[in-house]
Amino acid sequence: MAADTSPSRGPIVSPSFTGATTEHKATRWTLTLIAVSFLLLVIVLPLVSVFAEALSKGFATYLAALIEPDAMSAIRLTLTVTIIAVPMNIVFGVAAAWAIAKFEFKGKALLTTLIDLPFSVSPVISGLVYVLLFGAGSVLGPWLKAHGVEILFAVPGIVLATIFVTFPFVARELIPLMQEQGTTDEEAALSLGASGWQTFRFVTLPNIKWGLLYGVLLCNARAMGEFGAVSVVSGRIRGATTTLPLHIEILYNEYNVVAAFAVASLLALLALLTLGLKAAMEWRYGAEIAAATRH
Amino acid sequence: MDVRVVNVKKEFQRFAALHDVSLDIRSGELIALLGPSGSGKTTLLRLIAGLESPTQGSIYFGDEDASTKSVQERHIGFVFQHYALFRHMSVLENIAFGLRIRPRATRPNAAEIQRRVSELLDLVQLSGLQGRYPSQLSGGQRQRVALARALAIEPSVLLLDEPFGALDAKVRKELRGWLRELHDRTGHTTVFVTHDQEEALELADRVVVMSQGRIEQVGTPDEIYDTPNSPFVFGFIGESNAVAVSVNSGQLYLADRPIGLHADGAADGDATLFFRPHDVEIVTGPGPSIPGVVVGTRRHGGTRRIETEVGASGQRVEIDVSVDATIGSTGRLALRPRRWRLFPSVPLRG
Repeated sequence: MAADTSPSRGPIVSPSFTGATTEHKATRWTLTLIAVSFLLLVIVLPLVSVFAEALSKGFATYLAALIEPDAMSAIRLTLTVTIIAVPMNIVFGVAAAWAIAKFEFKGKALLTTLIDLPFSVSPVISGLVYVLLFGAGSVLGPWLKAHGVEILFAVPGIVLATIFVTFPFVARELIPLMQEQGTTDEEAALSLGASGWQTFRFVTLPNIKWGLLYGVLLCNARAMGEFGAVSVVSGRIRGATTTLPLHIEILYNEYNVVAAFAVASLLALLALLTLGLKAAMEWRYGAEIAAATRH
Repeated sequence: MDVRVVNVKKEFQRFAALHDVSLDIRSGELIALLGPSGSGKTTLLRLIAGLESPTQGSIYFGDEDASTKSVQERHIGFVFQHYALFRHMSVLENIAFGLRIRPRATRPNAAEIQRRVSELLDLVQLSGLQGRYPSQLSGGQRQRVALARALAIEPSVLLLDEPFGALDAKVRKELRGWLRELHDRTGHTTVFVTHDQEEALELADRVVVMSQGRIEQVGTPDEIYDTPNSPFVFGFIGESNAVAVSVNSGQLYLADRPIGLHADGAADGDATLFFRPHDVEIVTGPGPSIPGVVVGTRRHGGTRRIETEVGASGQRVEIDVSVDATIGSTGRLALRPRRWRLFPSVPLRG
């Protein structure tokens, strides 16, 4: 012990020594600078300009653009669509992830691919699919119309298109997580006498709750912001079938730039809120999330 | 409770994991399923638990056919190799889980549950840790919580899948003795899977040796070690030498020389002689024996291990002698197994 404390036996480290993965100072600064300036130019600047443009004619004009009846109707519609589409995708997503991660069955690879389909096809095509399915020339459309059900150019069509486009978010988030966690926790619960539902409620769900929450946040942000697919099926009846993104486009096309940016700023705020929520969650429950995702 | 496995077969897709396995487990017995990986031991355990269903055959709990029962109805306690503790629940909540999820009619009240949990924590020597989360426990502690959780529902059979497999050697040895003690105290019929023969022989009342989806031998540790009934068991359990010999009217020959061993009733032709390194005597006087050339000696615990080559093709034979024996100076010795077994045909070594 005495030898260990004597100063002459202390570790000798050359001052110029750096770890194998430690970069030179100049390299670090250059890389950071590139990243930050790119972020400023491509993301922060446009975002700031949205708010700047929206408030360019004062707060009163800004507010007026938001409380005008068509804008209010667009906000209502967007919220309605989101409130229907997100819970449905939670149910579908959890069910699909559960099936893929915990069971072996024929056609599993096909199902996994299908879940990714909305990510890989253009949203416009996603909308067109519903036009083909429920349009005037289709079999289903006229029949449903005869029975008093409007799908296309009405709320149900917009909801369907939104569900289609946002379907992968929850499932994609959960599948790798559930696959990694395996089935032993569930088997343990079953062996202790738990029913299938109790196992899901008390074991599976708590294990995936953080992944699920991420998926829901992302799904929510996309559901509110979806433009392409919704634009095809909505028919853009002002004050009736225009969601927030569609309303923004209409205003912009009418050269009502300030109003367009005012409504856009609202959407941007929603997106920022979502990100803020995610960050807050990570900060508050960081340790717990790490514990849940690692074994 | 007695458990009887009757002619059980299990296939995964087209791969047969178990071929026609039958096994009687007596009430209160501590039994080990021992075998290399892929031998079907875990599959057999999961079939008893009801986590898998047999392709053919049945499993009886007492006189009741349990094959058609679900895992919940079988009322077993299962302990997993990697604990499978619910990580979002405290130790208390983990152990109480099996009681709390019961329907109201059969669920003990909160005070009773708390009493049972405390009792179990005492039993597994983890009193005072009931508020901890699994991530705050060591591996050995986690496995003891898993055991307490399985015991909480008062299972009819306790099933453990490589319970000490994920633990380091020292903790493993400690838990082994402790499990034996626990079993003696609680008297649960217990089946555990292991690939560690030392663990199986030290812990179990009876050992079931498995290989390639079949049961090779069932017996007490003494029976398994002293009288292995197949080349596989001889090779797999303990250390052994295998020497190719030939049989002629009950006499054993090595490279056309008699070696002084008689196997009455053995068929003429090629056979393999099995014996353990410590069951060999050095022959100093005249008489038939196996001549060997010493190729090396090593210290092996309390004995000295001598490596020799015997026969025309130089088959490797290891023998144990006392540390102070003066053997090897001449480079040659004559040996004769004291205890041995002869198996016809060519064996596979474990």
